[in-house]
Amino acid sequence: MKDWPLWEVFIRSKQGLNHIHAGSLHAADAEMAIENARDVYTRRNEGISIWVVESKHVKASNPEDQGALFDPADNKIYRHPTFYVLPDELKHM
Amino acid sequence: MTKKEALLKYTLRLADNASILGHRLGEWCGHGPVLEQDIAMTNIALDLIGQARNYYQYAAKLEAAGKTEDDYAYLRDPLDYYNLLLLEQPNGNFAHSIVRQYFFDIFHYLFLTALMSSKDKQLAAIAEKSIKEVTYHKKWSGDWILRLGDGTELSNEKMQTAINVLQTYVGELFLMDEVDEMMVKENIGVDLAPIKEEWTRIVQEHFTEAKLKLPDATWTQKGGKQGYHSEHLGYILADMQYLQRTYPGAVW
Repeated sequence: MKDWPLWEVFIRSKQGLNHIHAGSLHAADAEMAIENARDVYTRRNEGISIWVVESKHVKASNPEDQGALFDPADNKIYRHPTFYVLPDELKHM
Repeated sequence: MTKKEALLKYTLRLADNASILGHRLGEWCGHGPVLEQDIAMTNIALDLIGQARNYYQYAAKLEAAGKTEDDYAYLRDPLDYYNLLLLEQPNGNFAHSIVRQYFFDIFHYLFLTALMSSKDKQLAAIAEKSIKEVTYHKKWSGDWILRLGDGTELSNEKMQTAINVLQTYVGELFLMDEVDEMMVKENIGVDLAPIKEEWTRIVQEHFTEAKLKLPDATWTQKGGKQGYHSEHLGYILADMQYLQRTYPGAVW
């Protein structure tokens, strides 16, 4: 069981919402990963759908590239839609 | 035996089955082979204890002697417990726990499916509420049967050993006594003959796929349903009832 691969688990909590990363777990194969995810991450009604993907298939950004990747967005406040005056009738924005 | 007495006993048998197997699975808590399976087993334990509560609450109503669900769980001696012998057998190794679970899950699923059409509205409702949980239980234990049966030579051998040991308790699942017959006649209880046939067909088919053998049943251990237990039940109850026996009426 020590050689069971690691899986990333994504849970959709409600119809219409995205699957969101919930955590990771070990399992022998995809089928078992789904069952384990059901037992570990949906015990309190958290989900209606589960995705699993073996962690080794996730390509992650390199922490050293953080500056080049993310800093340029820092000083571009005009990308946030905060300069509009919203009409009163518009709710939930 | 009156119909009312039979119904009470019938209900307590169902309650005790769920309660004792739930307790056994709970013993795995913190000892599972991997964290994920530890949680899987304790989830099933909680399902079963939830089902047991439903039956005990109904028993309290039927008996109408001012008892609560806790009185049945915590203040009865082994002779007044009516669970199947299979369910009180020790956890053993993982193979024993899986085989015990699988044998019962298939039975439980077929039994509840039939109980859903019981004339007794409350039992039918509990069956309907429980069947989804049990559908998952049998998928879980069935998957492990296949994985370990058709796994390595060692895992196959351990599974076959567990099957050979526990198979001697399977016959009791299908034995009918006076209580069962009275309940079947009243269209409340489940006729176990067709369940036995279906159970054997499903298990044999699954075992063939998993490279395991179901030994021929020539003889069975019995008595649990009537209150005659193996030595193990006393230890389970000592553990389970210690607090209420030592500090009667203790509450949170």
